[in-house]
Amino acid sequence: MKLNERSLAFYATCDAPADNAGFLYKKGGRHAAYHRRWFVLRGNMLFYFEDAASREPVGVIILEGCTVELVEAAEEFAFAVRFAGARARTYVLAAESQAAMEGWVKALSRASFDYLRLVVRELERQLAAVRAGGGPAPPRRPRALPPKENGCAVWSSETPAAPSPRPGPEPPPLPPRRRASAPNGPLDSASFAQLHEWYGQEVRALRGQWLRSQAQP
Amino acid sequence: MRYNEKELQALSRQPAEMAAELGMRGPKKGSVVKRRLVKLVVNFLFYFRTDEAEPVGALLLEHCRVTQEEPSGFSISFLEDPERKYHFECCSEEQCQEWMAALRRASYEFMRRSLIFYRNEIQKMTGKDPLEQFGISEEARFQLSGLKGLPSGAGGASAGSDRPPQLGMAITARDPLCAPRPCRVTVGKKHCHQTRFK
Repeated sequence: MKLNERSLAFYATCDAPADNAGFLYKKGGRHAAYHRRWFVLRGNMLFYFEDAASREPVGVIILEGCTVELVEAAEEFAFAVRFAGARARTYVLAAESQAAMEGWVKALSRASFDYLRLVVRELERQLAAVRAGGGPAPPRRPRALPPKENGCAVWSSETPAAPSPRPGPEPPPLPPRRRASAPNGPLDSASFAQLHEWYGQEVRALRGQWLRSQAQP
Repeated sequence: MRYNEKELQALSRQPAEMAAELGMRGPKKGSVVKRRLVKLVVNFLFYFRTDEAEPVGALLLEHCRVTQEEPSGFSISFLEDPERKYHFECCSEEQCQEWMAALRRASYEFMRRSLIFYRNEIQKMTGKDPLEQFGISEEARFQLSGLKGLPSGAGGASAGSDRPPQLGMAITARDPLCAPRPCRVTVGKKHCHQTRFK
């Protein structure tokens, strides 16, 4: 499969702070040795480099749909990133301390896009409730997996290791659909996406003006 | 770069946010338009030959820019090489707008910024941090410091000025996770800014 690897490499090494970074030992294969690599977690992508000064990753583990578990291994502080499916590879990694291992297990088990989207939808719902109701909305317990908005089957990935995972009796409601028709402009009841677009238009216009002014000698 | 292709293939079979047959043209000069089944799953855009089960390829949608292209199409380009564009042709202006909106939301970075925005708004209105119920309020990736690089015109996106004290404290306490970064891949002479590209 083709993949935009150059963009991936750029994303791996960009300026923004990583979600987690550090040395981990990675097992080469089922009967192979461990190699010490510099790992960088960014979003749902776990990049690994030869060392901290490398310009390009050796590889990346796409984390979507994985589960993270502790494992029995000869190495201390070992854990595994597992995927579902026949003949799916399990990545066995080992940290250099108990604290580092716990930090990585936590970070990796919540790294999926799906999990983040779940949290964002919940916050969007809460914000709408607060704006509408005037008082703070009662927080919902974190649930397992809400149905997809486009009516497709529920995502079949594993539940992330949330601190109090309790599958609810019914799925959370879909976030309210807002239209950009607020009479006082976007600020009143717009979603982040709309505000992003709204101010983006302004920025694009300003940028266009600036570029034109630069083009004139 | 090595990657877990099996998992990427499995991902391509998951329920999609958007899926449609579109005309697609690669970034190389002289490439022609081909019909492809295009499928958006999390932050990946997969494209298939219309009669095949395995994708021809995938695009990770981080740090990309989605631009409208006349008449009813759009292009996707990436931060490191904005002139290198993947072109898509829709069957209507409406379909085009729908895709563009979905693609702009389909990045981890966009989701993260949305989360920070909503968190900040809820905190301002209720005085409570809504992430506490999830047990993730201390995570470095959700702190306001992650919003650096947003243009100052984006007033609604909570960059900086109204930092509530609790979040402010969390920012300075989390620096140990900003580990020394490897040198950037140098492509051309451009400095890799964190700009409005999502």
